[in-house]
Amino acid sequence: MSTAEPDPAAAPLDAALRETIATFLRESETPRAAGIDALKAVQKRHGHVSDDHLAEVAALLGMTPAELDGVATFYNLIFRRPVGRHVILLCDSVACWVMGATAARNLLRQRLGIEPGETTPDGRFTLLPIVCLGCCDRAPAMMIGDDLHGNLTPERIDAILEQYR
Amino acid sequence: MAMADRPLTSYIQPGRQPLDIAGYERAGGYAAMRKAFGMSPESVVEEVKRAKVRGRGGAGFPAGRKWEGAPRGADAPRHRYLVINADEMEPGSFKDRLLLEAAPHLMIEGIIIGAFAVQAETAYIFVRGEYVLAMERLSRAVAEAEARGYLGADILGSGFSLTIHVHGSGGRYICGEASALFSALEGKRAVPRTRPPRSTTSGLWGKPTVVNNVETLCCVPSIIERGADWFLGLSRSATEGGTKLYGVSGRVNRPGLWELPVGTPLNEIIEEHAGGMREGYEARAVLPGGASTAFIMRENFDVPMDFDSVGKIGSWLGTANILVLDQKRCPVGLLRNIEHFFAQESCGWCTPCRDGLPWVERILTALEAGEGEPDDIELLAHHVDFLGPGRTFCDLAPGAMAPLRSGLKFFREEFERHVSERHCPWHDTAEGWA
Ligand SMILES: NC(=O)C1=CN([C@@H]2O[C@H](COP(=O)(O)OP(=O)(O)OC[C@H]3O[C@@H](n4cnc5c(N)ncnc54)[C@H](O)[C@@H]3O)[C@@H](O)[C@H]2O)C=CC1
Ligand SMILES: Cc1cc2nc3c(=O)[nH]c(=O)nc-3n(C[C@H](O)[C@H](O)[C@H](O)COP(=O)(O)O)c2cc1C
Ligand code: SF4
Ligand code: FES
Repeated sequence: MSTAEPDPAAAPLDAALRETIATFLRESETPRAAGIDALKAVQKRHGHVSDDHLAEVAALLGMTPAELDGVATFYNLIFRRPVGRHVILLCDSVACWVMGATAARNLLRQRLGIEPGETTPDGRFTLLPIVCLGCCDRAPAMMIGDDLHGNLTPERIDAILEQYR
Repeated sequence: MAMADRPLTSYIQPGRQPLDIAGYERAGGYAAMRKAFGMSPESVVEEVKRAKVRGRGGAGFPAGRKWEGAPRGADAPRHRYLVINADEMEPGSFKDRLLLEAAPHLMIEGIIIGAFAVQAETAYIFVRGEYVLAMERLSRAVAEAEARGYLGADILGSGFSLTIHVHGSGGRYICGEASALFSALEGKRAVPRTRPPRSTTSGLWGKPTVVNNVETLCCVPSIIERGADWFLGLSRSATEGGTKLYGVSGRVNRPGLWELPVGTPLNEIIEEHAGGMREGYEARAVLPGGASTAFIMRENFDVPMDFDSVGKIGSWLGTANILVLDQKRCPVGLLRNIEHFFAQESCGWCTPCRDGLPWVERILTALEAGEGEPDDIELLAHHVDFLGPGRTFCDLAPGAMAPLRSGLKFFREEFERHVSERHCPWHDTAEGWA
């Protein structure tokens, strides 16, 4: 990364985010119970939770960074490493497997030129496997960001990818 | 079935936005809540007990009996919680999503009546993180109910107060296990807890807590409104009441979800509702209620889909969301997929599960790759016993072994062919589109 561009993942959390987290803390029965919501809020803004941000959130919750990291790394939906602008969660569970999830994965690998777990060089997509999305009657299924896409076929996958720039 | 016979889905209009609070009330919603406030909590529990609702989260424990065990009255410890398990991560299950997205006020009404029955003053809806739309719609429904005075202090002058929180999970299958769910809500790693004590004695933050599945609570308003006898009459089963959201996935003509009488036979669900198998495909077996249930083979496809009947043929109703395995997918490959899931989702707390499941996955992967050894099948059978009921801290590992145990029995020949032919007999079609 060039030094001219400030790294947003290293800059302190801004006032709005700190206020959001303060609200979670007020509504929460104990400070640490607000942890997942706080980490998700940081992630929603910055794409992932950097070490610096994790340490800041930990301080707000009255936890050590190691303690909070123990929680953060337990859960699938908290990203501790940078991800692309759009995260593709492709279901790899059993109903989708029956309906062609392996073919869908191979097509995405080919179209994006990356393996599951990687981000495209232009930073547009990260491809991750996910467990059953509760959309088995429209298998195979994937999510991109907050959007659910079912009944995947090669044509549909190509059309869907076009929607995310 | 007539509208009145579909208590779970009659408020749902396919393809439309869910009813807002005004629409829900026009359709008869929140009448059951008003009726419940005119009853004693004990008589609400009694009605639900008589209705024979078995836990729709998969374990099938009678809801009324669970509620009965909740401490109430002036001397009982406080705070008391009702936790709604909306984690739905069991592979092959998709029923709770429909209720949450399409009938959020039915959910809220069920929670209010349930919390009144067990005298809980705070409810947490624990929703899996990927259910973004469900969370949005639930939060909106909670706000609407608050604005109407159906939530908050002294609801409709009943003296009963309730707050509902909607929590989005950080994502992990084990969070759905009731005691691990408490750890998750408390902001810790979601690791299960020792039982006893039962959660009704010591649950969330050590306080009395009742945990119910989404669908279980969605049955409650109609039971209160129309009575236990009516609810019992909906069912085709003698031992439990009501209707059930049955689902079918796999290579059938019309995969989907249907609200049908409890005890509707498996073949009727597959043939009449899911439209039978697609041209060129035959059903070989099903997993009746998610990845942690045992296979049911064709000769038992006439089984009534209720807990007792499915239990009698060596499987379990689970979530009653049925996955059909056809002749063109490899049973060993399917089991490999399932055991990969369980190995990945093990919370790592106890050794047999943490070490055993990855081993099982490795053996199945080797078999699929044509690198299996003759004694691998015995090794798998050994794990099935070693990780079976009672050997591990929670039910994740025994659940993981249920399909494998039955697979080793029913697909023995297919396992042996993987070893003797040194490749997967389905390898040509293993990676194709459906
Ligand atoms: N819906 C889903 O996504 C999933 C569902 N499951 C299902 O979960 C089941 C296992 O769940 P567990 O909670 O471990 O089963 P369990 O049998 O230990 O408990 C079931 C429920 O009944 C209550 N209970 C049990 N005995 C009781 C008693 N004597 N008095 C009062 N309450 C009592 C428990 O507190 C719990 O709420 C499996 O059968 C599986 O089908 C498993 C994974 C995912
Ligand atoms: C590993 C594991 C995961 C579970 N996941 C869920 C779940 O996602 N949803 C659910 O309702 N129950 C789940 N259960 C069952 C719960 O522990 C509990 O039995 C259920 O929520 C009780 O509600 P009910 O009696 O209304 O069914 C799970 C159990 C285990 C062992
Ligand atoms: S059986 Fe598995 S999931 Fe359950 S406590 Fe043990 S390690 Fe965790
Ligand atoms: S198995 Fe993929 S959505 Fe259920």
